Amino acid sequence: MTQTNRLSAGGRIDRSHGLEFTFNGQRYQGFAGDTLASALLANGVDIINRSFKYSRARGIVAAGAEEPNAVVQLGAREETQVPNVRATQQGLYDGLVARSTNGWPNVQRDVMSWVGKLGGNFMPPGFYYKTFMSPASMWMTYEKYIRMGAGLGRAPTVADPDIYDHMHHHCDVMVIGAGAAGLAAALSAARSGARVILCDEQEEMGGSLLDSRDTLDGVSAVRWIEQTLNELASMETVTLLPRTTANGYHDHNFVTLHERRTEHLADTASDAGFPDMPRARLHRVRATRVVLATGTHERPLVYANNDLPGNMVAGAVSTYIRRYGVIPGNSLVLTTSNDHAYRAALDWQEAGRKVVAIVDARANPDGDLVRQACDSGIRVITGSAVIEAKGTQRVSGARVSAVDLDHFVITGRIEDLECDTIASSGGYSPVVHLSSHTGTRPQWDENLLGFVPGEVKGMLMAGGVAGHYGLDNTLSDGARAGRQAAIDSGFDEAGELNLPTVKARRDGPACAIYQVPHEKKGLRVPKQFVDMQNDVTASAIELATREGFESIEHVKRYTALGFGTDQGKLGNINGMAIAARCLGRSIPEVGTTVFRPNYTPITFGAIVGRHCDELFDPKRYTALHQWHVEYGAEFEDVGQWKRPWYFPRNANGKKESMHDAVARECLAVRQGVGILDASTLGKIDIQGPDAREFLGRVYTNKWAKLAPGRVRYGLMCKDDGMLMDDGTTSCLGDNHFLMTTTTGGAASVLEWLEVWHQTEWPELQVYFNSVTDHWATMTVTGPEARKLMSEVTDIDLDREQFKFMDWKEGNVAGVPARVFRISFTGELAYEINVQANYAMQVWKTLFEHGEKYDLTPYGTETMHVLRAEKGLIIVGQDTDGSVTPEDLGMHWAIGYDKPFHWIGKRALSRPDTMRGDRKQLVGLKPKDANVVLEEGAQIVLDPNQAIPMSMVGHVTSSYYSPVLESGFALAVLKEGRERMGQTVYLPMSDGKTHEAEVVSTVFIDPKGERQNV
Amino acid sequence: MQRYSGFGLVKHAFGHHENWERQWRNPEPKKQYDVIIVGGGGHGLATAYYLAKEFGVRNVAVIEKGWLGGGNTARNTTIVRSNYLWDEAGRLYNHSLDLWKGLSQDLNYNVMFSQRGVLNLGHTLQDMRDIQRRVNANRLNGIDSEVVTPQQVKEIEPEIDISNRARYPIMGASWQKSAGVARHDAVAWGFARGADSHGVDLLQNTEVTGFKIRDGKVLGVHTNRGDIEAHTVGCVAAGNSGVLAKMAGIKLPLESHPLQALVSEPLKPILNTVTMSNHVHGYVSQSDKGDLVIGAGIDGYLGYGQRGSYPTIEHTLQAIVEMFPMFSRVRMNRQWGGIVDTCPDACPILSKTDVKGLYFNCGWGTGGFKATPGSGHVFAASLAKGEMHPIAAPFSIDRFHTGALIDEHGAAGVAH
Repeated sequence: MTQTNRLSAGGRIDRSHGLEFTFNGQRYQGFAGDTLASALLANGVDIINRSFKYSRARGIVAAGAEEPNAVVQLGAREETQVPNVRATQQGLYDGLVARSTNGWPNVQRDVMSWVGKLGGNFMPPGFYYKTFMSPASMWMTYEKYIRMGAGLGRAPTVADPDIYDHMHHHCDVMVIGAGAAGLAAALSAARSGARVILCDEQEEMGGSLLDSRDTLDGVSAVRWIEQTLNELASMETVTLLPRTTANGYHDHNFVTLHERRTEHLADTASDAGFPDMPRARLHRVRATRVVLATGTHERPLVYANNDLPGNMVAGAVSTYIRRYGVIPGNSLVLTTSNDHAYRAALDWQEAGRKVVAIVDARANPDGDLVRQACDSGIRVITGSAVIEAKGTQRVSGARVSAVDLDHFVITGRIEDLECDTIASSGGYSPVVHLSSHTGTRPQWDENLLGFVPGEVKGMLMAGGVAGHYGLDNTLSDGARAGRQAAIDSGFDEAGELNLPTVKARRDGPACAIYQVPHEKKGLRVPKQFVDMQNDVTASAIELATREGFESIEHVKRYTALGFGTDQGKLGNINGMAIAARCLGRSIPEVGTTVFRPNYTPITFGAIVGRHCDELFDPKRYTALHQWHVEYGAEFEDVGQWKRPWYFPRNANGKKESMHDAVARECLAVRQGVGILDASTLGKIDIQGPDAREFLGRVYTNKWAKLAPGRVRYGLMCKDDGMLMDDGTTSCLGDNHFLMTTTTGGAASVLEWLEVWHQTEWPELQVYFNSVTDHWATMTVTGPEARKLMSEVTDIDLDREQFKFMDWKEGNVAGVPARVFRISFTGELAYEINVQANYAMQVWKTLFEHGEKYDLTPYGTETMHVLRAEKGLIIVGQDTDGSVTPEDLGMHWAIGYDKPFHWIGKRALSRPDTMRGDRKQLVGLKPKDANVVLEEGAQIVLDPNQAIPMSMVGHVTSSYYSPVLESGFALAVLKEGRERMGQTVYLPMSDGKTHEAEVVSTVFIDPKGERQNV
Repeated sequence: MQRYSGFGLVKHAFGHHENWERQWRNPEPKKQYDVIIVGGGGHGLATAYYLAKEFGVRNVAVIEKGWLGGGNTARNTTIVRSNYLWDEAGRLYNHSLDLWKGLSQDLNYNVMFSQRGVLNLGHTLQDMRDIQRRVNANRLNGIDSEVVTPQQVKEIEPEIDISNRARYPIMGASWQKSAGVARHDAVAWGFARGADSHGVDLLQNTEVTGFKIRDGKVLGVHTNRGDIEAHTVGCVAAGNSGVLAKMAGIKLPLESHPLQALVSEPLKPILNTVTMSNHVHGYVSQSDKGDLVIGAGIDGYLGYGQRGSYPTIEHTLQAIVEMFPMFSRVRMNRQWGGIVDTCPDACPILSKTDVKGLYFNCGWGTGGFKATPGSGHVFAASLAKGEMHPIAAPFSIDRFHTGALIDEHGAAGVAH
């Protein structure tokens, strides 16, 4: 196929560089510099897609981000699929593969279009709220078909081969948009020395200058763009970001930019020959000043069948002709409300094809372009508009009539004009989206017939977005804004820019026209589309207002106006104007809906950046991790840590089960000696003259008398009196303590201490420092622990000299160590702390000496069993934020008579926390010793009651004990301590009900003699 | 009220849809009502509807400072479930779920309640303990809930990654099959239309500026459209509840935070259900329109801005791509924020106050949408009878004095 609509000359494409691409399985040619849309138009492809609700044929309407229809599925392979790519914003590359998102069996002949034609009348806005209700059981079936019809493109089903990243910038002046205003602003700011970032969403910078008919200093505008960009590029303080969309404008001049790095080159970065390059990059910019130079979007007119392929906005026609050398048809009718749109007809005629007529809604249009058109022999029909497009698959004609806009009726005879393209222009809407992101509301400007951005602190506007139309105005306004932004950022005035001279053009005033009247009324009119992507028509808006949806937000939500991926860039103002007319209000009274980030959709990958896969969340390893790996440990995630869960042995090529491994590890500790890597427990170094006082305030128990060399177990409550963390704290010196926390709680406890210190008790002199990673902790525990330790340390281990809850400094395996006599197993235990990078040496030395004692490494599971046999809790497992120390039977650890009201004390005296029938920690012994109760099983007193049952507690920890040769559990139980010896029931999901006896939480060695052997 | 039906739709089509009536009136405020509801969101409209329909109190006004359903009703991610841990919360949300099941028919307005189920994923051993505990409690409370394996998760939601590639591989989930999603705007409109049809006056663009209180009794409200009298006033104002309470001289234990959500571009059907993960911190479902509807936790700071911070959006999408790596090339269309009124125990306040006749229904935090019908129903019963409904009673403000908190942080940790 040849490029039938490609002009023989002109445009900014590289005709020496041909490209092949595929659309709906058909191969086409284009040129470097094309967008997918310009290449499709060059090849005479009319129908790009089928619409969402009515399956109507849709073609290309616009040339940029405002395009509602030409949304395609991109990608040659499954892993490179990208849904919903706007063809007008996709640079063409060799081998590009695109498809329509809707249409079966193909987009030309779509079966669903018959449903749309026949059924469209039954689908007014909100029809789905009024039907599909009976029978109720059928809804999920109705819904299945509704869902199948919805959606545009499809998600890939395999992982993304590309990578993405983030960059962070601070700058003085962030200029958004590199059209005439943005370029002038950037240049004028940069010359003053300010750090400037200039971004532009298009493939090439220059904005509307790229298709301008104007000359600057007598030469084409493109020359000035090149000069300006060259100068900017030569400045070290300037960052130019083409193909970069400012997608979000957040508080305090924080702007997110989305840069497309390889999407215009190939399916993937690898395909493009840059395997290490991110496909897209998110720039996070904090700017002192933002200059918004986003220009305007042209509004199409809302006439009947305005969605047929061949209907376009006028400016897009000029863009395709002048920038891409593509003429999207043979014969043109232009329908307009303003002078500027006349360019389309002039460009069309100069390209050598026929302009049938310009239909101008104004009675007496008069401006330079109007004269030029008349002088060129183009027929201009005044006081009129195209009221309806004719055609089936493509425009074949235009019905034109005189219109009375004050009374919203047509007057006079309807004339049929033959044409294959209708260009329309209802005026220009400043691109206010980004300013709206900050929460400010756009302001209606009656002279401009458009909304301009509201005020945003730190933001300046330049050019079209501020309502400065005409190239001379735009340039000077851009220079002014750039200069002011630099001054505001603290730079000296750089002087006036020597702006090029532009021949000023005289434009006549535009008229206000949005929806075009038709000879029929209401829903009898052939469809007049306002929001093409969501198939929202003018009559739908009318109906919504008639049904009482008067707020513009209600209209939007009831009709889906502006909900598409284009966020209503073409249609919203028209929709608001129509709603205003129907409600008899003015446009500013009706107001706008709120534009939200993103300005245009951006890939999840770019927002995620590198924070995926391995880097989603860091893995933390202890200093001994490699040993555990080599020893075959299975690991458990605890917080960010990888902790050995258990150490299965391999015997005869068969891996030991978890049950067997844990039983073996437990018995080793109870009968010989075991070793645990406890390095992950949080460690906070606390120093300062008020450290002791501080501890007394955050812990429930007393710290006033803890002497250096002693260790104490402490409980920490939140201000609601509920336990939040526990651990031991050792007195290293009068003003120096080492606090340990749970593994998962380390960061939050440190934060908690800081919050209370910084906000409530800043007068206390105390300092906190996390030392979790600095020290490795090895717990040597079991009856043989002292013997083993005596071989590797110079510390006097005599039980009278080194008592339970003492700590001592000395050497272990030849390195300086702190050794703590604390026990989480109920056995004799030494916790050895050494500098983390010595840990492996110490660990290996312990194993060399430990061999004769069968020193056994154990993991978290065995640790859990051993501590549970002793009734020792794990915060977060046996507690859940609703458990007080009293509930746990830890009355001994509560210093009610401490002079200072420690955190949680007051809450513990509230009526509910004082209740006698609270849930309390107990032990449970299953009646059947082989049963290991399910953790989380609920406890009832009467197993025969009907659902909903009255639950009195639940199992918090449950294991098989190889020492008891039975299952056993810890649980919280209402009035549990009163129920010792009673039988409780646990009804399970499999229908079985387990029985268990309420027993003490201490299952082994109730007198606590073993830890002190 | 004009009844809606498929047949009616056909009939209207032949009349070129010119005979559809207003869905609700736009009345002038009367001087006096029996009950005033402050706040025209889902909960307020539901309260008014049930007051008029079930409890025979028809002289009711709903006062809304903006447009109906314009607050969190319009901004949430539409998840409906009832698998809460504690008895009190389970009863409240399950009462709501029961009402959801027949809501479209009751309102004669299709709220598109789609029971596509909710998965709450577990990624650690402790997650799984918590899931087992919650599911056991749900089961014995008569709430549909079960524990499923990673393979079953994959059968329910085939595109999810259950492999060990993940930083926190999926170890299992709780599955509530009767849970789902609904069309949020339609809920507000359906209740509005229903309430209006029973005589309730819906007063939009009407802002309460103060309360008329004498001798410890509420006598009415001051508004920008004049004073309106009523001896019973129910405040259902979500993020602005604290502001209203202050006008009445009451301090509520609420913090108003931004909560954000986002949607992808519309896609062909790819997700079956609602997938939530507290641990990697995000949740996702797919709307009937095809958008992936995504959310996560609140922003840490307080604010009334209806905007949140960008890092929250980044973390949320990181979680989604972690669970569904193939969504990396899907594009995010739009983000937005609401103001959520959070309580210290992640449960709502449905309560009388020290001012006689003045009631509050607030503190729904991140998960109020699912409760809309249930909240409205029990609050309406309480207003009509002057005594808190038994399901509402445990949610009294008193609990913050007595300490009888209902700590649902586990169930509500990632919202909803």
